[in-house]
Amino acid sequence: MLWSALTLQLGYNATLVTLGAMLLGIAAGVTGTFLFLRKRALVSDAISHATLPGVGIAFIIMVALGGDGRSLLGLMLGSAASAWVGLLCIGALTRRTRLAEDAAIGAVLSVFFGIGIVLLTFIQTMSEGRQAGLEGFLLGSTAGMLYSDAVIIAVGGAVVLGAVIAFRRPLSAVAFDPEFAASSGLNVPRLDLIMMGLVMAITVVGLKIVGLILIVALLIIPPVTARFWSERVTGVLWVAGFVGGAAGFVGAALSAVAPALPTGPVIVLVLFSMFALSLLFAPARGVLAAVLKHLSFQRRVHIRQGLLALAQGQPIYEKLTLRLLRRAGLARADGVATTDGKARAAKALRDERRWQMARSREEFALAATFYDGLTEIEGVLTSDQIDELDRLIGPPTGVQV
Amino acid sequence: MSPIELATSDGTRLSEAQADAALAVRGMTVSYGQKPAVFSVDMTVPAGSMTAIIGPNGAGKSTLLKAALGVITPLAGTAQVFGQPVAQARARIAYVPQRASVDWDFPTRVLDVVLMGLYRELGLLGRLRGAHKAKAMECLERVGMQDFARRQIGQLSGGQQQRVFLARALAQNADLYLLDEPFAGVDAATEKAIIDVLQALRAEGKTVVAVHHDLSTVADYFDRVFLINTTRVAEGTVEQAFTPQRLQEAYGGRLATAQLGQTALGA
Repeated sequence: MLWSALTLQLGYNATLVTLGAMLLGIAAGVTGTFLFLRKRALVSDAISHATLPGVGIAFIIMVALGGDGRSLLGLMLGSAASAWVGLLCIGALTRRTRLAEDAAIGAVLSVFFGIGIVLLTFIQTMSEGRQAGLEGFLLGSTAGMLYSDAVIIAVGGAVVLGAVIAFRRPLSAVAFDPEFAASSGLNVPRLDLIMMGLVMAITVVGLKIVGLILIVALLIIPPVTARFWSERVTGVLWVAGFVGGAAGFVGAALSAVAPALPTGPVIVLVLFSMFALSLLFAPARGVLAAVLKHLSFQRRVHIRQGLLALAQGQPIYEKLTLRLLRRAGLARADGVATTDGKARAAKALRDERRWQMARSREEFALAATFYDGLTEIEGVLTSDQIDELDRLIGPPTGVQV
Repeated sequence: MSPIELATSDGTRLSEAQADAALAVRGMTVSYGQKPAVFSVDMTVPAGSMTAIIGPNGAGKSTLLKAALGVITPLAGTAQVFGQPVAQARARIAYVPQRASVDWDFPTRVLDVVLMGLYRELGLLGRLRGAHKAKAMECLERVGMQDFARRQIGQLSGGQQQRVFLARALAQNADLYLLDEPFAGVDAATEKAIIDVLQALRAEGKTVVAVHHDLSTVADYFDRVFLINTTRVAEGTVEQAFTPQRLQEAYGGRLATAQLGQTALGA
């Protein structure tokens, strides 16, 4: 059953919903990347919570006008309107009062959500409201989704994705260096507004599938995950799109198998597992890579210090140093150098003397900046430069090993 | 509004010569809250000159620059670049903001940062082509950073970061270069590299304005000085404006007279 869902064999409707969710996930990941780079991730949480009153009001208006109130397009329009009001409130609170943005976000988020819950409770008492299934907008649900709903979601996701790609250069310029962007004629407030508008569009489009409480995850976790894998905006965009798309796809497919399971939490769990894998195992920025890098660096430092101590006939007190030297076959357990160790120690000491000389001479100032206690000078200077250093150092002064 | 009609803060009219200036600021007041950081400042930068904006900490040096560029909105005042309002002269302006103003862990490489200097000429939908990359590489070469093009920006030293910012400004191919503390926290080799580039720009007939904090190098690096402490204290050639008396006025008690005598001309 799960396999047939993942391979899109559950019938036309379920397939369309799954593909729609995937497109939504790609668009959300790509849009969220700019939100993340601009360090405005929390605003999206406020936007999504601020959609709820709009859902309720739109339902009531549609019922009052004689409709059935469940038209997805109508509910989306309502949620967009109230999200926009919420966004304006955050802007006004930040600009006109002394409240910081985080406080404004918290206030708008909770107040709008509260109003929305009150409206939803009221709708439950209406005769038309009992079967409306508006609770599905909280945590997402693909159950009972119509063909037209899936088309709206897929088209909405595609339009937002196209817009974000068109604006990728100005948006990343503003995210990296807003002052420079403004000086080169980009309208920074307007670009921020465009970005927020696109985030709002994603929220509204994703409301039905992911639900408003967890849509923020679909916007933020993909770029955060992608950041582990790439050092370029373009790369982060690709990976974030992939992560979001995969989560949308798997989440919707699972939901088709188990309709009682809300789709939002399933998508979040898929996202989280990808995030956790990246956090641990990403090659350059992952936790494991960092630990390994640190251990290898520590090892090199200890061996170098140990070799210098051996070369100068000093005792080695640190156990780790001795153990590493022994394991590398450079010293015996009692701290006496092996033949191999003696040669390496003499070489390390000569290297260190050359560095000392290079760092004391103005003509080697540039090369001296490469000194870190570990790099061998032969990798930095040419052989004639090293000859010059040896000439300056003078004849060997009897290195005792 | 034509430049001729523009009234200055002291009520005089802008002369034609001033309208031809590379940068003409009139009656600029900027305030964060109730206390002005810059108050009613006039500034005229002749084309082809090299000007240092100097003054004590918090005197409004950077603020003046940002307001002139329209990066921050002033409370009052106007700025014109080569006789045009700044908004219409963007293509002729290059800007180097303070290094500390950006997040250096941003996922981007050195070459990508320099390419940002070409975004304006590229437009919204233009494609980045080999020619753009070649131009960006050329700008990196001018600041001695061509070997770092593929580095992640987080791996650069302070001086290298500053050079990348300068390369990005060079890519803008402007006539007026505005720099905010380009020498702050950079190594001696970088300082030399930057001043060489700036002096080469002036030799090409470009105009350079830099916020500067090291009084000992003012006379070596620049030919004009703009002294500010919230209001304009002095403006003119180094000989006219960089005098112990003027510096005392700008810095008040914050600068020892002996130090002034050593750094300023005419002591």
